[in-house]
Amino acid sequence: MYSRSILPGFNSGMSLTLLYLGMLVVLPLISLVFKTAELTWDQYLAVVTSPRALHAFWLSFGAAIAGAAVNLFFGLLLAWALVRYEFPGRRLLDAMVDLPFALPTSVAGISLTALFAPSGWLGGLLAPLGIKVAYTVLGVMVAMIFVGLPFVVRSVQPVLEDLSPEIEEAALMLGANRWQTFIRVILPGLWPALLTGFALSFARAVGEYGSVVFISGNMPMKTEIAPLLIMTRLEQFDYPAATAIASVMLAVSFVLLFAINKLQAWSQRSLEA
Amino acid sequence: MAGGPARSFRARGPAHEGPRRIQEPAWARRLLLAAAIGFAGLFLALPVAAVFYEAMKEGAGLYFEAITEPDALSAIRLTLITVAIAVPLNTLFGVSAAWVISKFRFPGKQVLITLIDLPFSISPVISGMVFVLLFGRGGWMGSLLDKWGMKVLFSVPGLVMATVFVTFPFVARELIPLMTAQGKEEEEAAVLLGASGWQTFWRVTLPNIRWGLLYGVVLCTARAMGEFGAVSVVSGHIRGQTNTVPLHVEVLYNDYQFTASFAVSSVLVLMALVSLAIKTWLERRAAAG
Repeated sequence: MYSRSILPGFNSGMSLTLLYLGMLVVLPLISLVFKTAELTWDQYLAVVTSPRALHAFWLSFGAAIAGAAVNLFFGLLLAWALVRYEFPGRRLLDAMVDLPFALPTSVAGISLTALFAPSGWLGGLLAPLGIKVAYTVLGVMVAMIFVGLPFVVRSVQPVLEDLSPEIEEAALMLGANRWQTFIRVILPGLWPALLTGFALSFARAVGEYGSVVFISGNMPMKTEIAPLLIMTRLEQFDYPAATAIASVMLAVSFVLLFAINKLQAWSQRSLEA
Repeated sequence: MAGGPARSFRARGPAHEGPRRIQEPAWARRLLLAAAIGFAGLFLALPVAAVFYEAMKEGAGLYFEAITEPDALSAIRLTLITVAIAVPLNTLFGVSAAWVISKFRFPGKQVLITLIDLPFSISPVISGMVFVLLFGRGGWMGSLLDKWGMKVLFSVPGLVMATVFVTFPFVARELIPLMTAQGKEEEEAAVLLGASGWQTFWRVTLPNIRWGLLYGVVLCTARAMGEFGAVSVVSGHIRGQTNTVPLHVEVLYNDYQFTASFAVSSVLVLMALVSLAIKTWLERRAAAG
């Protein structure tokens, strides 16, 4: 048909791919749309604009933005150290950056909770200062920082590696100091990669469930994130309400996915330029 | 992609290779390095250390008891079964999707790639939820399977399906860019010389992609072992029956059996460290050429 290729395997490979995707992705998504459509528009609005839902959205999106912003800064710092400096343990640190990908989220969740609880290593240090992390909004942020960190580092790292030293040398020759060189010459080239990392880190944090639910304490209207609210509605067999809340999160995910694709294309172009 | 590995299989060189770069003053270098290592220590090393500390706090006896009691063993068995089904299925899917996408031209390719990326960009809770909608009360498939006396939700098939869903992009995502970059000349030459389709795949394509394939399989396995959110929605948390290891961690923790919970967690941490080590080794192989 369209392939016009001498290579075999188009029809069988395509059939398998489409069958798999159809059963696993398309069918479930269609049932999601139908389930949401069981609600009238007014009912739908009532569910997604209820104070509890609004607070959950606010917390999920707000904490994810704050967490991604922290990762933007420290992710750049880590990538910089990994690419620019030679120090003992650099390879180990490089491998460790992927730890949040590899660690099951429930393990990360209970571990962070143990660390930041008032009796924990870090919580004990912060308690005399009057800072509570576990079971507060700060705890939600800490978990989101943990899961999102690798995205910024891994987006920025290859761009930093490929940055040609000549432009920095030129800046130095023309009288710029190191700080000016960083702000005016290096940073502009890093923005596409930084924004990609920010968006990926945000997208991961918004939907995160496992590592957040242990440290957040899950109090409705206080530390209840949107994925947990979906979980609660499912456990009450209130499927239409669960799908309504999920539909808002899905809409945000799709917008993000689109933005990330555009950002990555931009980032790729600036890498090749 | 928004939820998966941020970097695909690519070669990496050590920092000192390549042109020498201008450096910051020594004091600034030390300050930045200290901040970077401090942050990594706080957010990456400390959580891992805390798991082992909390697990061993009450002594080795309690530790081994926690990881060898029947519920823990049945959770380990269930996780292994899930991995043994999900990873081969997703490998088969990944290879055939990558073959079609990288070697042929057809309309709608971009849509197909987006669909493959989908599980990375949605919340694990939503991934689990779609199966509850399909197979739960009043779901399309649920009522059909009820008639045949089959149970998917709150039983092993549901767990496997949710895991397959969450982990299916990993192999495909690694292979698509790799195989696209390699082009199709070598395969075309093999076919013109009279090789059959399978011969071409086994003798030409597979040797070219084996390290990238292995890389994808490692990532897929790590995620399949550790998946929590999606599995949590469909499992129903029945001890000894539908608890995978990550779910068993949660059940123990919510039961205030903290030491046991961390002991079981430490097994998962070890598996995660092993998968990181293999991944790093594969990246270094690629860098060495």
